[in-house]
Amino acid sequence: MSEIDSLRASMTTDFDSRNMDWYIDKIVQFLVFIAGISAIVFIIGIFAFITLEGFGFLLEDFSFREFFLSPFWEPSDEDAPEYGILALVAGTASVTGLAMIVAIPFSLGAAIFIGEFATGKLRESLKVLVELLAAIPSVVWGFIGLSIMNPLIIDLFDVPVGLNVLNAGIILGLMAAPIMTSIAEDALKAVPDRYREAAEALGATRWQVIYKTVLPAAKNGLLGAVLLGMGRGFGETMAVLMATGHAVNIPDSLFDPVRALTATIAAELGETAVGAPHYQALFTIGIFLFIITFLINLTADLIVRGIRKG
Amino acid sequence: MFAESPLNVRNKRIENLFRILFLMMTILLIIPVVVILATLIAKGGSIISIDFLFTDPTNGMTAGGIFPALLGTVWIVAVALLASVPLGVAAAIYLNEYAGDNWFTRIIQLAIINLAGVPSIVHALFGVGAFVIFFGFGTSILAAGLTLAIMTLPVVIVSTRESLRAVPQAFREACWNMGATRWQTIRRVVLPNAVSGILTGVILEVSRTAGETAPIMFTGAAFFLPFLPQSVFDQTMALSLHLFVVATQVPGVPENLPFGVALVLIAMVLLMNSISIAFRMYLRGKKKW
Amino acid sequence: MVDMSINLAAADMMMASLAQGPVKLGVTDLNISYGGIPALRDVNLTVKEHEIFSIIGPANAGKTSFLKALNRMDTFNTNMKVAGEILFNGLNVRNLKNIYALRSRIGVVFPLPVGLPLTIYENVALSPRLRGINKTSDLDVIVERCLTRAALWDEVKDRLDSLGSLLSGGQQQRLTIARALSQEPDLLMLDEFSIAVDPVTTMRIENVLKELKQDMTIILVTNLVQQARRLADRTAFFLEGECVEVGKTEDLFTGAVKDQRTRDYVEGKFG
Repeated sequence: MSEIDSLRASMTTDFDSRNMDWYIDKIVQFLVFIAGISAIVFIIGIFAFITLEGFGFLLEDFSFREFFLSPFWEPSDEDAPEYGILALVAGTASVTGLAMIVAIPFSLGAAIFIGEFATGKLRESLKVLVELLAAIPSVVWGFIGLSIMNPLIIDLFDVPVGLNVLNAGIILGLMAAPIMTSIAEDALKAVPDRYREAAEALGATRWQVIYKTVLPAAKNGLLGAVLLGMGRGFGETMAVLMATGHAVNIPDSLFDPVRALTATIAAELGETAVGAPHYQALFTIGIFLFIITFLINLTADLIVRGIRKG
Repeated sequence: MFAESPLNVRNKRIENLFRILFLMMTILLIIPVVVILATLIAKGGSIISIDFLFTDPTNGMTAGGIFPALLGTVWIVAVALLASVPLGVAAAIYLNEYAGDNWFTRIIQLAIINLAGVPSIVHALFGVGAFVIFFGFGTSILAAGLTLAIMTLPVVIVSTRESLRAVPQAFREACWNMGATRWQTIRRVVLPNAVSGILTGVILEVSRTAGETAPIMFTGAAFFLPFLPQSVFDQTMALSLHLFVVATQVPGVPENLPFGVALVLIAMVLLMNSISIAFRMYLRGKKKW
Repeated sequence: MVDMSINLAAADMMMASLAQGPVKLGVTDLNISYGGIPALRDVNLTVKEHEIFSIIGPANAGKTSFLKALNRMDTFNTNMKVAGEILFNGLNVRNLKNIYALRSRIGVVFPLPVGLPLTIYENVALSPRLRGINKTSDLDVIVERCLTRAALWDEVKDRLDSLGSLLSGGQQQRLTIARALSQEPDLLMLDEFSIAVDPVTTMRIENVLKELKQDMTIILVTNLVQQARRLADRTAFFLEGECVEVGKTEDLFTGAVKDQRTRDYVEGKFG
């Protein structure tokens, strides 16, 4: 064998061939990619399916004026059904608004205490407690509104019924608070320690450090926390179904019963025939809810992402 | 030593004021829940017994136990987990191990955030439109489980991704340098070291799924059924919906019954969460590298 | 057909250096950049079978990038761009059908030891397992042989079930070498292996490398010129992304250099 032949022989390499593992790798890569885009598929799917079911209503009975501006939700009126969600929007808004008034100061305060003041074991235990609070199911909260808050409100304020804006607002506030607390605490944690150290080196007290340095730096994250808490309150169903009193009504006071958008769907979907205008109108409310929460989440995401970039 | 200047004293005082203020807020956040738990135990504790857990409701649900509801919840949770855990883990693997840092990945992340943020009743509407009607599953355990699976998918994805991210990159590079394919690296080194973190997330998902009511109301859970489900195509009772029903829909229920149901539900959920938290803490204390 | 023509071109190129022994690795006009910033420019060199070829040079010379290009680690870094021709066993590594097979033929040892979070046994058994060897009796033999050759067997033979990632730095580095040997590589690349290792372990590893030379080709990247002098048959000097010169190690250290910068570096005037 000549030298060039022996070199060629050594170069007829056996290693460069595709084996089973190579193909398995490609297949797995394809499969996890499919799983990865499933979230997009589901979001589009949710929008597509609720639009599909609500489409008939949007084409025939839907009137933009009536839907958004009429306070009368009377879908089961046989002669002249009316599909106005104004009162329902007012119900959702009043309850969510009160919930935010209750939840924002407490959850931000708790987040600051847990994130900036508490240390060691205390901090760990508080975090665990907040996490457990967030885990209580909404139907249990609704039941608490119904069975504990209701008599309490009747006693304290001397009103005939305790299922109203006040009750649902407090319940919803208690529900949203732990979520807002833990997101807000994450936002505070995202502020680098060197900011705090720099301010402390200048002789600032801990509160001055928090007020002048940490809070401004975490501003966007905290705003994001508030928005996500709001989105959660807005979309909450069982608790508001059970604690609001479920009466179509634009409230004048905290003691008026109201009805929320979500609760309306939950209460009426079972009574309607598939494909009926009423059924389709409920899906149209679903489209509305989807779009609003989508916008809230999108905004929160953009705001939070803003701090990461800056 | 340094003498305290008046300004310093004032600053200290302000700081203590705020410390106490925020502590009070934290406590006020927690107190209502303690009160609520105590009330649930006080009013519902008397009814809890082995019989309560393992017998059928009687007399139009005004007496008896909650066994069919408990069993139904187990069915629904099982279906939801079977669907969402493989999908969610695979999605997290894609995001952490394959996806680059680009606009497409960002859209996926946005979709995940939204999936978690869409109201549960909208998930219910989707479940009705897609699984009950379009795919023809009818109101069944399958339709309810799948609806919940999609709703809780973000929980699995986020927690799995966290635990994958905790595995140092150097381990992957060492494997790649040995000629391992991406998948071999994931299977042999990344996943074994992330599996306990993934499990923590799965337990959390169980707790989320077990407590949900709205998404299963119209997709598979029934107010009352005189028989137990035989397959995933049957309807079933569920614990969360059972609480809603005995609290609002059935007249003449003795007071301790709904409190008892609420207590069982909340105990189940909090137990799952506590296991998940304890597990997480145990893992944090265990050093592997 | 494309592969064939590359083989022939490679053969032509290699004929020139055939007199000194078969070529393991031929690098032609290699350029590497990260996000447009060049890290290595116009490198041309060959590495022969069964030699220890060392690459010396100060930090940022492009030594590590060179190794990464050889076993195609650029596929995991979208920022890294590689141009030029790298022939390994006569095949251009840039047009392989299965780059995993290429990497399995090349053992790599990093500056910082990486014991995988598996047992010591599984650290060494991993590569055979990836190749489909799963019989316990076969694996036992491989594990013992590789750990012995890496001069680690006596220290760990009684605790093969403990975690490899919790060994001491020097032990982990020898474990990494045992793991690389378990690949049964043609080529072993070591990147500043002694950085996190004590002097005694360094000497032990150096002795191991001298023995391994019988079975494989070794590329030794080092910032210790004396280590290159002790071990290498030939040495390349890299400086700021440029391959300044390649020559017999003894020539470089006895002043027979073509470039003044090489002399200055070897004599310790900078770097």
